[in-house]
Amino acid sequence: MNKKSKQKKGKVIFTACFLICLLLVLWCLQRLVEPKYMGSVVEGAMIPEYYSAEKNNEVVFIGDCELYENISTVELWKKYGISSYTRGSAQQLIWQSYYLAEETLKYEHPKAIVFNVLSMKYSKPQREAYNRMTLDGMRWSPSKVKSILASETDGEHLIEYVFPLLRYHSRISSLTSDDFKYFSHRKKVTFNGYYMRVDTRAAKNVPKGIPLTDYSFGKSDWKYLDKLRTLCEKNGTELILVKAPTLYPAWYDEWDEQIQNYADKYGLSYYNFLKDQDEIGLDYSTDTYDRGLHLNLSGAEKMADYFGNILQTDHGCVSQKGDKKLDRYWDKVTSRYEAEKERQYRNLKKYGNIRGEKK
Amino acid sequence: MLFTSYEFLLFLLIVFVIYYLIPSKWQWAFLLVASYVFYAIASPLYLIFISVTGVTVYLAAVLMEDKSNKNAQYFKSVKASLTREERKALKSRQKRKVRNIFLASLLLNLGILAVLKYANFTIVNINAMLRTFGSNARLGRVDLILPMGISFYTFQAVSYLIDVYNGRVKAQRNPFRLMLFVSFFPQLVQGPISRYGDLSQTLYGPHKADKKNITFGLQRILWGFFKKLVIADRILPGVKAIIAHPGKYDGEFAFIGMLFYALELYADFTGGIDITIGTAEVLGIRVQENFIRPYFSKSIKEYWKRWHISMGNWFTDYVFYPLSVSHALQKLGRWSRKHLGNAVGKRVPVYLASFLVWLATGIWHGAAWNFVAWGLGNFVIIMISQELEPLYLKFHESTHVEGKSWWKAIQILRTFLIMSCLRMFDCYRDVPLTFKMFGSMFTDFHITDLNASNFLSLGLGGFDYLVLAIAVILLFSVSMIQRSGSVREKIAARPYPVQCLIWAGLFLAVILLGAYSVGYDASQFIYNQF
Repeated sequence: MNKKSKQKKGKVIFTACFLICLLLVLWCLQRLVEPKYMGSVVEGAMIPEYYSAEKNNEVVFIGDCELYENISTVELWKKYGISSYTRGSAQQLIWQSYYLAEETLKYEHPKAIVFNVLSMKYSKPQREAYNRMTLDGMRWSPSKVKSILASETDGEHLIEYVFPLLRYHSRISSLTSDDFKYFSHRKKVTFNGYYMRVDTRAAKNVPKGIPLTDYSFGKSDWKYLDKLRTLCEKNGTELILVKAPTLYPAWYDEWDEQIQNYADKYGLSYYNFLKDQDEIGLDYSTDTYDRGLHLNLSGAEKMADYFGNILQTDHGCVSQKGDKKLDRYWDKVTSRYEAEKERQYRNLKKYGNIRGEKK
Repeated sequence: MLFTSYEFLLFLLIVFVIYYLIPSKWQWAFLLVASYVFYAIASPLYLIFISVTGVTVYLAAVLMEDKSNKNAQYFKSVKASLTREERKALKSRQKRKVRNIFLASLLLNLGILAVLKYANFTIVNINAMLRTFGSNARLGRVDLILPMGISFYTFQAVSYLIDVYNGRVKAQRNPFRLMLFVSFFPQLVQGPISRYGDLSQTLYGPHKADKKNITFGLQRILWGFFKKLVIADRILPGVKAIIAHPGKYDGEFAFIGMLFYALELYADFTGGIDITIGTAEVLGIRVQENFIRPYFSKSIKEYWKRWHISMGNWFTDYVFYPLSVSHALQKLGRWSRKHLGNAVGKRVPVYLASFLVWLATGIWHGAAWNFVAWGLGNFVIIMISQELEPLYLKFHESTHVEGKSWWKAIQILRTFLIMSCLRMFDCYRDVPLTFKMFGSMFTDFHITDLNASNFLSLGLGGFDYLVLAIAVILLFSVSMIQRSGSVREKIAARPYPVQCLIWAGLFLAVILLGAYSVGYDASQFIYNQF
């Protein structure tokens, strides 16, 4: 080999190494600037937790905060032995729920998928921040790509989901210690999708729903509800529609009627828990942490107690206790749950807030 | 499709790959298709206008050339049989026919530009005049589209037409080749206004993938992105805040706004031109430089030889010179020399031509009075400095400051400040307000108000100022290095690992510090609108 070709070979090797280093730097920068959702906003950290969870669930809940804050998955396990997971995220739109369901069914085949129907009120993409919290955490799959394309608001681009550095680079000027602390790993913020809050803020002066000019759900909502129904049918999974019990945002009778008619038409179960609040035993002076918008732990456990019974008696969900693998898994989740409960109560008592922030 | 959009990068990638994969004899045809696709993405309707320009200019040029050739042959054949007067009359008749074709095409194309760009401006001013004279009659505004880059491609097409008419270039016989000259996509958005004689040398290829062209082109594109995204778009909120609240930000902040805008405009326009020239370079096509470190100019005259060079040259070659030698101005010159004396009289036609050129330059920039005022402001300052030239010479002779570095620095600073002041017309887009804000810089300047909290109230954070400061130092350093030759050549002469580090650093700076994506007010290139 002459000197010239040796030099050329050396240059090629150097270029390859340099490019690898550059890609590594870009990857590190991307990890650094990506929001960690480990502080006061944790909703963006929920979706990725699913991938490390046990995938032998009887029930998978799919929807927004009305599910991930209102039904305790741990209580469902403890009381009924029903293994469940809540694939929830803030302001999850129906097409995002559909694609999450599509993805979930690639990992497991639950007996039932429970979908919260509040998102039927959004027929168009809403806010980029919420899109990100749902979509960033999904693993790459055709479902994720389709969900991104369906959710894009003005100024959003698929490429910025592929390379989040392009979206989050501006965070370089506002990095916090959390960005370094959670650079390589994230702590879990939910218990099989359930987000715990033990504090209480009683509901007072609940705002009334403003009359609407048109109560019809949008075309795209029906389209994705149809797709969700067909998807479940094809996979032998029952689709259960629910409206979680929250005092607001308003759930209008006209909306309820449309969902009920749809459920009747296709033989689906639809539970509007707003009508069952007394039976559930909900007390909005003790069971909500934000004046009736979401339930706290007490409310979420009551909901789980009530709904677990329905799942067992009416939908054939059976106790999975005795399955050693599941038992071991849920023991871990439960002990984490109890520890978190204790930590939040302790902080509440000592500092007046669950995070332990000094006033 | 913005140059700084993901779509444009994808478009470029596709164009670059296909361009070098297809047989080289079809490269120019592919570029025409790519240019039309690029234009159609902005609006398919625009294609009609650019095609009309391309086709009419092509036909006119071919007709003019054919006619001229035929005329020449005929003249040659009958020359011997004609008297001197008859020959003169024949030539004049022949020339008139060619001129008619030329004028028809010229008027059509400039007419399209005038109607689309200036109809509403004219209507608004007619209405204002009617109101002034107490009339209730009003003309309704017309809803017209303004094709992207119409001022640039029309001027480019017209320059070709004039050059063919004057016999400076041969008419392009292939209509599609000419249409490529008119619509070449990298320069559609904001120029430069290329001459057919220059661009056609490399535009039609064939081009082989040349490593140096490609790497140098990509480097130039990257540098353009740095200027646009890291500097121009980052400082934009500050400029906008100052302009939007003239009552709050007057005096010292009007001055700061003027400086900010000078930086924004320079980074924005030169950044866009870097992307244009770099793109063409990757394709193996040479586009003329449009800027030569204009902020280092020592006089306004020099500044206009270094800023937006293609536009300045266009107005000089196609407006100023023809006007200066026109029959009417020659006559005016004779009259003024006779009645006003030789010293003043000889200036009259030159100054009138100059006035018309600057008026046209102002109007070319936009259909608004602020642009007219800006153009005339340039005229006034250039005329004053020309009149004061003997004084400067005397001053230089008596003080011996000429050539000294500190004096050069003062001259550069003076030119920069004068041009920045003129640009305030462009900033505020309102002539009385511009004068008011200009005045406030002298009457209401409080240096103590230039504090951190006021700077931070402009919508820029400490980090933004830090990035801008570093970027400006880099910009300045690059300009200094450029004085002794191409920066890219100098970098290429460095060891290979150093080259890699420099370009990777610039790439990371663009990715990490660029003001793009959600959360930033993505800005169009300022010169898109012209």
